[in-house]
Amino acid sequence: MLVEVFLAPFMEFAFMRRALLGYLLLAAGAAPVGVFLLLRRMTLAGEAVAHGILPGIAVAFVISGLSLFSLTLGGLAGGLVVALSATWMARRTLLREDATLATLYLLAVALGVLLISSHGRNVDLLHFLFGGILGLDDPTLQLLAAIAAVSIVAMTFLIRPLTFESVDPAFMRVVSGRGGLIHGGFMALVVLNLVAGFHALGTLLALGVMVLPAAAARLWSQRLSVIVALAVLGAWFGGFSGLLLSFHLDVPSGPSIVAAIGFLFVISLTFAPAGGLFGQGLARSPTAP
Amino acid sequence: MSCAIACQRLTLRYGRHVAVEALDAEFEAGSLTALVGPNGAGKSTLLEAIVSGTGTAEGRIECRDGERRSLAYLPQQPQIDRGFPISVQGLVAMGFWARLGAWQRLKRAEHNEMRRALEAVGLRSHATRPIASLSGGEFQRALFARIIVQQARLILLDEPFAAVDEETSRALQDIILRWHGEQRTVIVALHDLEIVRARFPGALWLDRIKLAHGRAEDVLREIERARSASGFPSRVHAHHDHEVASC
Repeated sequence: MLVEVFLAPFMEFAFMRRALLGYLLLAAGAAPVGVFLLLRRMTLAGEAVAHGILPGIAVAFVISGLSLFSLTLGGLAGGLVVALSATWMARRTLLREDATLATLYLLAVALGVLLISSHGRNVDLLHFLFGGILGLDDPTLQLLAAIAAVSIVAMTFLIRPLTFESVDPAFMRVVSGRGGLIHGGFMALVVLNLVAGFHALGTLLALGVMVLPAAAARLWSQRLSVIVALAVLGAWFGGFSGLLLSFHLDVPSGPSIVAAIGFLFVISLTFAPAGGLFGQGLARSPTAP
Repeated sequence: MSCAIACQRLTLRYGRHVAVEALDAEFEAGSLTALVGPNGAGKSTLLEAIVSGTGTAEGRIECRDGERRSLAYLPQQPQIDRGFPISVQGLVAMGFWARLGAWQRLKRAEHNEMRRALEAVGLRSHATRPIASLSGGEFQRALFARIIVQQARLILLDEPFAAVDEETSRALQDIILRWHGEQRTVIVALHDLEIVRARFPGALWLDRIKLAHGRAEDVLREIERARSASGFPSRVHAHHDHEVASC
């Protein structure tokens, strides 16, 4: 019975195994990046960048159809454009960051949907918005593996400077003067992982594998290493159970995965000691004496 | 004694507002100077200018070779994310950045140094606690521990006693005097003249322009004299910013 429910789908169907493998790779790279996105209070920026990928992909799609290479390149370009323009607009105009992000987000979705639906079918649009994790081919799996490898290696080098820069950016400006470089490198990692997330979960849900596990994990610990480990484990658990859910109930897999991680988040919100609803609220009063 | 920092005809502005005007001042290497003056006198602006150099300013700030590279600066309200999941020793370890860079690990020497620093500020038992759990005074002590391990030759502190209790204030003053004994150059902006009288050898009285600079007792006597002459308790050259800008 247990084997039938939990293992048989993966043992019997290659597409389920590929989906699980692709997702585990994606989560291994994206969840740690998501932890810093959360800790740097940049989840909304992440959301805007995730949607910025869509028009980039759309342009690539119009030019060269469903080619993995050009879609990836287009997604990277779109995400970077939104990341850079968000920074630029927040610095150079009167608008606050939330307004610039919302503006870019809306424009990106509108532009992307317009481009894709005028040149493709509704199936293409749905594929781009919600991903195709059950249809991962070899090249896409290799791409996900490569992005995960780059992301993990980069994060091991970046984690200390990024931590310090997140805690006290002014201090880092005085002692190193490389705050911009650290931030830029991190944003590049965010875009890279969102593009990987797009291939599996689509642009609408790509951020889910980054932010939801991070938010859930944050509630359980005050130690960064523990939070990162919990985020990866939580993301993996969500992927595994989400895929099973999608298989047995015959519902779309991307949203199932995100919903499964969301379930973990609700559990954490309710029971976690370090800031949950019934916990002691350690994290909520950092300035109290 | 050689000069660590020299300001020459230094004028610093915030937009059209002149914060510091035509300041000539030299800070000897190894000196401990209290920077006093009313709110808005330009104390913080001056400290920031020493930290960042004088990109847009008029006049010059000259630092002795290497002084700016070996600098520790504690702003009045550090923009630190105190909810970030990092331990007290993690915060203090930031002070090793100049020596270890981004990737070198802390070795036993650094761990010992960190333990001594935490001991010096009275936070030895707090090393592994998250910074979110510290009180305001404890947090200021942790920041002082970070400065200790920075081993900077030039230390700039902006109102370090403003938000801490008396016991912590005295402990931090002891640490500042120890730095002075180790021949570091220290400049501290503060408004409590009693602390200046009790603990500081030198003082600079600033209110947009330099009003007095020298031994602390002489500067304090100047302040007393000006107070009794003007009738204003603290603000000698009472002026409004826009009037200054227009004249």
